[in-house]
Amino acid sequence: MQFDSISDFFNMGGYAFFVWLAYGATAVMLALLVISSNSSFKKMKQQIAQRQKRETKLRQAAQLQRTLELEHDQQEQQAEKNNSKEVLS
Amino acid sequence: MLNKKVMTITSSNKLSYRDAFMLIIKRDLTIAFRHRDDILNPIIFFIIVVTLFPLGIGPEASTLSRIAPGIIWVAALLSTLLSLDNLFKSDHNDGSLEQMLLSPHPVFILVLAKIIAHWLVTGLPLIFIAPILAVLLHLNENSYGALMLTLLLGTPVLSLLGAIGVALTVGIKKGGVLLSLLVLPLYIPVLIFATSAIDTSAMNLPYSGQLAIIAALFFASLTLAPFAVSAALKVSTN
Amino acid sequence: MWKWLHPYANPEVTYHFTGKILPWFVALTVITLSTGLVWALLFAPADYQQGDSFRIFYIHVPAASLSMGIYVGMAVAAFCSLIWQLKLADASAAAMAPVGAVFTAIALLTGSAWGKPMWGTWWIWDARLTSELILLFLYLGVIALHNAFEDKNLAGRAASILTLVGVINIPIIKYSVEWWNTLHQGSTVSKLGKPSMTIDMLWPFIFCFLGFALLVTTIICIRFRTEILARNSIRPWVRNLVILENK
Repeated sequence: MQFDSISDFFNMGGYAFFVWLAYGATAVMLALLVISSNSSFKKMKQQIAQRQKRETKLRQAAQLQRTLELEHDQQEQQAEKNNSKEVLS
Repeated sequence: MLNKKVMTITSSNKLSYRDAFMLIIKRDLTIAFRHRDDILNPIIFFIIVVTLFPLGIGPEASTLSRIAPGIIWVAALLSTLLSLDNLFKSDHNDGSLEQMLLSPHPVFILVLAKIIAHWLVTGLPLIFIAPILAVLLHLNENSYGALMLTLLLGTPVLSLLGAIGVALTVGIKKGGVLLSLLVLPLYIPVLIFATSAIDTSAMNLPYSGQLAIIAALFFASLTLAPFAVSAALKVSTN
Repeated sequence: MWKWLHPYANPEVTYHFTGKILPWFVALTVITLSTGLVWALLFAPADYQQGDSFRIFYIHVPAASLSMGIYVGMAVAAFCSLIWQLKLADASAAAMAPVGAVFTAIALLTGSAWGKPMWGTWWIWDARLTSELILLFLYLGVIALHNAFEDKNLAGRAASILTLVGVINIPIIKYSVEWWNTLHQGSTVSKLGKPSMTIDMLWPFIFCFLGFALLVTTIICIRFRTEILARNSIRPWVRNLVILENK
């Protein structure tokens, strides 16, 4: 141990401001870099998941519409058949 | 009309490399002289920037002659940067750049021709105007030769290196500011050696060493830059 | 060796491989960096000339040499991506650029904070400082070019070209700045005699250097994985991965 007391340690032999400025600035910048790297990784995953959700929703909607249209067509065909039967009779 | 002619000719196989080279130079010069503003504006910018410095620093002749080489060279860098925007932009917008890349001739030659034409209309005028501005800045009498020679060897380097930056940013909408960020760090060696050659000449010392280094930079960029430019153009027109 | 390397050209394999080794890197980084920093701050002896301000050295020198090392790494990746059209090399170059820029900034800041007590000014136009500043500009240019393109693959190729142009220029810039410095500056910089490193100064330095190098590797690893995901977002394996993780 190079320092006798905690206050001695923080004083850094008179160079406190410069040493702690250097260490502090480094710590802040590295922390920001790590946090932003991590959050952008998570954000990327969220984005992909969201896009997938949207796509599946769209696909489901398209499918629903298609089935509805199909039913509608069938109903129409049924109605036409009924009409023609009525005409025949 | 001219554009069309050039395109039909460059896309034919019969044209020799030299013909293609000369044709591009002629075409670019013709276009440049039809849009005279594009030539004149960077030169006016150059003059205005140089006259701003004495107004900012003060009219003392000794101070001005001390910093004259730096001012003239920095102004030359900036005005070259300003004029670079025109190098590929209009060709990219009207599609003739893609035609050029598709032509059977090596892109190297066509790109080199374009850069040389660009230097003829933007770099060369600076060399003629610089001595007049040097008088305004009280440049040392021994330094005029060095000023002209460094500009003669140095401004082509600026055009060649700048062309790489333009080729990279030509497909981007707001490329102007980005271009300066990409290109200016690469200009630093030219600036350092050119101003130091002028300073050395003011002391009546031989400056052939600095001149030789600028010449080396010139030949290195002349042979290597067109490759980088053509690679970058292929990315940008994708 | 090529046979062994070959599977790692596949983004999926690389993604899972980096995912597996990442926790180990994190653990190693924490251990070495904390050991090194505690040692450097508490136990390393003060320099007999510079006193305790010498402790900045333990950050400054690793940051400066790593900032240059990362650029070289980026240039190698750029070369591979241009020559062999490796998409992963692109992704790794994109991952390295911001990390390199931050380390260059750290080197400049700590150098400045060390220079004030030693030289009496925050900044001098010393050759090393100046070329470090220009290196920062080169990094910023590469990052700006990466951000300017919508298409990630195009951005990667454009940035690769710029990186290679930069790597050719770096020796020229460094040489010219040194030359400029000796010409204009003379001997205003009273270079303190190279501190003779004693063993009890060398060991904390080695730990700090290793710790920072591992930290760089870890951060690049995380960013690399992000880039891989961004470039392969429509591939089935990424879809399955995201679905699996959301369950």
